[in-house]
Amino acid sequence: MVKAEAVHKSFGRLEVLRGIDLEVYPKEVMCIIGPSGSGKSTFLRCINHLEKIDAGRLSVDGELVGYRERGNQLYELPDREICRKRSEIGMVFQRFNLFPHMTALENIAEAPIQVKKMSRSTAEAQARSLLERVGLADKVKAYPNQLSGGQQQRVAIARALAMEPKLMLFDEPTSALDPELVGEVLDVMRALANDLGMTMVVVTHEMGFAREVGDSLVFMDGGVVVEAGKPREVLANPQHERTRQFLSKVL
Amino acid sequence: MPVGPPLPGSPAGLRPEAIKAIPVRHPWRWVSTVVVVAIVAEVIYIFVTAPGMSWGAVQQYLFGRLILQGIVVTLELTVLAMVIGVVLGVVMAVMRLSPNPVVSWVSWFYIWFFRGTPVLVQIFFWYNLASILPHIALSIPGGHVLFHASTNDLISPFTAAILGLGLNEAAYMAEIVRAGLISVEHGQTEAAQALGMTRLLVMRRIVLPQAMRVIVPPTGNETISMLKTSSLAFVATVPELFTRQEQISNANFDVIELAIVASIWYLAMTSILTVGQYYVERYFARGTQRELPLTPLQRFRRMLFTFHAPPPQAGPVPSLPSQHP
Repeated sequence: MVKAEAVHKSFGRLEVLRGIDLEVYPKEVMCIIGPSGSGKSTFLRCINHLEKIDAGRLSVDGELVGYRERGNQLYELPDREICRKRSEIGMVFQRFNLFPHMTALENIAEAPIQVKKMSRSTAEAQARSLLERVGLADKVKAYPNQLSGGQQQRVAIARALAMEPKLMLFDEPTSALDPELVGEVLDVMRALANDLGMTMVVVTHEMGFAREVGDSLVFMDGGVVVEAGKPREVLANPQHERTRQFLSKVL
Repeated sequence: MPVGPPLPGSPAGLRPEAIKAIPVRHPWRWVSTVVVVAIVAEVIYIFVTAPGMSWGAVQQYLFGRLILQGIVVTLELTVLAMVIGVVLGVVMAVMRLSPNPVVSWVSWFYIWFFRGTPVLVQIFFWYNLASILPHIALSIPGGHVLFHASTNDLISPFTAAILGLGLNEAAYMAEIVRAGLISVEHGQTEAAQALGMTRLLVMRRIVLPQAMRVIVPPTGNETISMLKTSSLAFVATVPELFTRQEQISNANFDVIELAIVASIWYLAMTSILTVGQYYVERYFARGTQRELPLTPLQRFRRMLFTFHAPPPQAGPVPSLPSQHP
């Protein structure tokens, strides 16, 4: 589903990604862990072209992200194409980023109406059932600031699902939450993986979630993949010294 | 036992008696009240009894036909100039933030030019354009004339004033709107982009509505300012309120009386705008506060009910108006 080969990305002189190679298969849940500044969020943002990569190849579903290849030449995609591709990838942010001037229902129905040109009634019916799925059927008319962090993040997940994405990206979805609210968001994500078989890439610090739900675990540091494998094996028996150091601090 | 107000149903005896203390006295508030009242009374007295003052003339002209016609023109100028200002201002602000350098530069130049020259000069320019360009024509290469008209027919004094006021206002509004747009957190743009929304859609549906909360208060300020600045249309001989005031006082020499008449009307109109601004701001505050602020009427009613209310007592007081319906 996602294939990265030697992906490089710099911000000015700072090289954040220094050659990422990995592959996410359909219906796989991949968790990415690593210290802050290791480039894991940047890599995630490259997948739906919120950041442009400088070198290497990154493709989703067999198509290059942000470019079209003809012969040996890469052509930049026009904005319209980039938007279309983004609409097929759901993203959930650390800070939720719900639209504060819209109710929960409007937040979810907005993109289907505006981007997919779905009728308002269909979009709202779908939004209601999504709110029900994330356990917030009674919050249809609530504005984001009337919701707890956990509830906001569940609305954000529903908002991403409304576009019926083939891939979901989670950028530290529970890092901004009070500890007692983390569970409800992880429960929704677990259900996504188990019930819908959603392909997911999750940047997280929740090792428990990675162990139970993840099909693979990637440890990143200094802009490279240090170690990857089955979550239980990596967590229980890390092969690299750097992984061992990191895990000893977070476990 | 947790500290804090007792939960409903807990024994009332647990809560200590409400504090009863003698409030601090404020003698200077009384002194300053007396001083201010005395000064205001003196000023009013001076004007009321001024030897040359003719209050009859004020009364006569306050609802005079020419003055009322002038008010209508002033309102027309204000509304039209603000509509041009806001619409063009939003366009210029969005252009200014465009990734297309040409578009951004055009906007920069527009703001630089129209903000950098006095609005009075701009009105004067449009009003006198006919002196250098007697005819305006639009033709396509090849000689076919699409449009041809005399400049004086095309740009009436009223149009000249609207162009001067509106185009100048757009430059100021562009900066106000731009400040609003960049005040919206970048995460909002990213979230919208991640959903596949195009740049213009993100702007229209996500960023601009949120920027309104920042844009509306200075825009209200601009509207109030425009109501008074529209008096500059005087130089284009547009018959608005100030022009009427001038014309009448030139004939009867009641200069101060007519200045008072005009001032009363300008104050009345800006007061109404102030109230309108409050309600518009309230509308765009939705989603930023848990509860919308009360309207002045609601606050007045609340005050009537609670002004003499007894201090909160221990235990439930069911008769108090509830804040959370």
